[in-house]
Amino acid sequence: MINQGLVLYDEDYKLIDTELVRLNQLANAKVSFLVDKDGQLIASVGETANIDTTSLASLTAGNIAATGGMAKLLGEKEFSLLFHEGVKDNIHISLVGQRAILVIIFDNRSSLGLVRLRAKKSVIVLSDILANLIKKMETSSHTKEGATFFTEITEDDIENLFS
Amino acid sequence: MSFINYSAREISCKIVYYGPGLCGKTTNLHYIYNKVNPDSKGKMISLATKTERTLFFDFLPLALGSIKGFKVRFHLYTVPGQIFYDASRKLILRGIDGVIFVADSQVERTEANIESLENLSKNLKEQGYELENLPYIIQYNKRDLPNVVPLDEMERILNPRKVPSYEAVAPKGTGVFETLKEVAKMVILELKKRS
Ligand SMILES: Nc1nc2c(ncn2[C@@H]2O[C@H](COP(=O)(O)OP(=O)(O)OP(=O)(O)O)[C@@H](O)[C@H]2O)c(=O)[nH]1
Ligand SMILES: [Mg+2]
Repeated sequence: MINQGLVLYDEDYKLIDTELVRLNQLANAKVSFLVDKDGQLIASVGETANIDTTSLASLTAGNIAATGGMAKLLGEKEFSLLFHEGVKDNIHISLVGQRAILVIIFDNRSSLGLVRLRAKKSVIVLSDILANLIKKMETSSHTKEGATFFTEITEDDIENLFS
Repeated sequence: MSFINYSAREISCKIVYYGPGLCGKTTNLHYIYNKVNPDSKGKMISLATKTERTLFFDFLPLALGSIKGFKVRFHLYTVPGQIFYDASRKLILRGIDGVIFVADSQVERTEANIESLENLSKNLKEQGYELENLPYIIQYNKRDLPNVVPLDEMERILNPRKVPSYEAVAPKGTGVFETLKEVAKMVILELKKRS
């Protein structure tokens, strides 16, 4: 199971998106996003237009992986929270269960105390959504739509991506 | 690890370039980055030393197009090849969908290639994978240099299972897209098999 990729359905995406929107508002944050621990962006909300969320997702995952490695060397379980303070923007990063990372970017319109509080509450909600999603992945295979997609795919289709 | 998003109708896969120090992994990514048109790629991120040796990883996100209405994304990563960066190398393998082993064809790098390939196999095991079960191909790079090991000998040493392999000169682009395309094909066909 650990080697199976995440499968995100529309209904789960909506739940995640709704929670992120709520969090972003309540925390007075600029951008909030959820990343899978392997660096894939799951969902993002807020002022994302000027932010390269794909790159940030990959770097966040690298960051968590690196600090996780450090924790292991020290005999710690995992550092569940990281905070980087900038001149203008700050980044708050927290683990969501075993599979995901919540990232909140905020400036002086908010405060670390507020962001930390809201993050803590949202982590609980998001953990539940993800736990459900993973349970669903374990019990059912892909949706009908996905199954047809994968059975119909041909080597030529892949070849065409590169032409 | 692949990520299938039915909501956004997207599939993402992670492909890792592995191999000994200075074999040309980063050069592969640079070439791809420079050739792909702007709307098909994101920023290339290189976490490197002052002397351009990879310190943690290079990252290049590609979105080359769609298949049957699903956008297909490939996230390309390179590992740092230098031996003492092993801890970082392991982290990059997490969630891998396919691997390209880049070998340095120069005679004096034979030992380094063997060690790196053994290291790949060992590190994959630690993360719960088996190289044998993963989409995997080999690229013999630096074929333009005078002191290269003959191809059949490299095959004998590094490729007992006869997985697909390509000769390459990464700075010129020779073999670069052929390698990527082959592993991409294997990764997607693997997803198909599992669905
Ligand atoms: N002649 C020749 N030089 C190459 C080739 N491929 C890469 N190089 C050169 O080899 C050097 C190292 O290449 P990189 O791509 O940085 O190597 P790397 O595998 O990323 O190395 P690490 O980051 O230390 O693991 C650079 O100077 C490249 O220009 C090739 O096919 N032929
Ligand atoms: Mg490199």
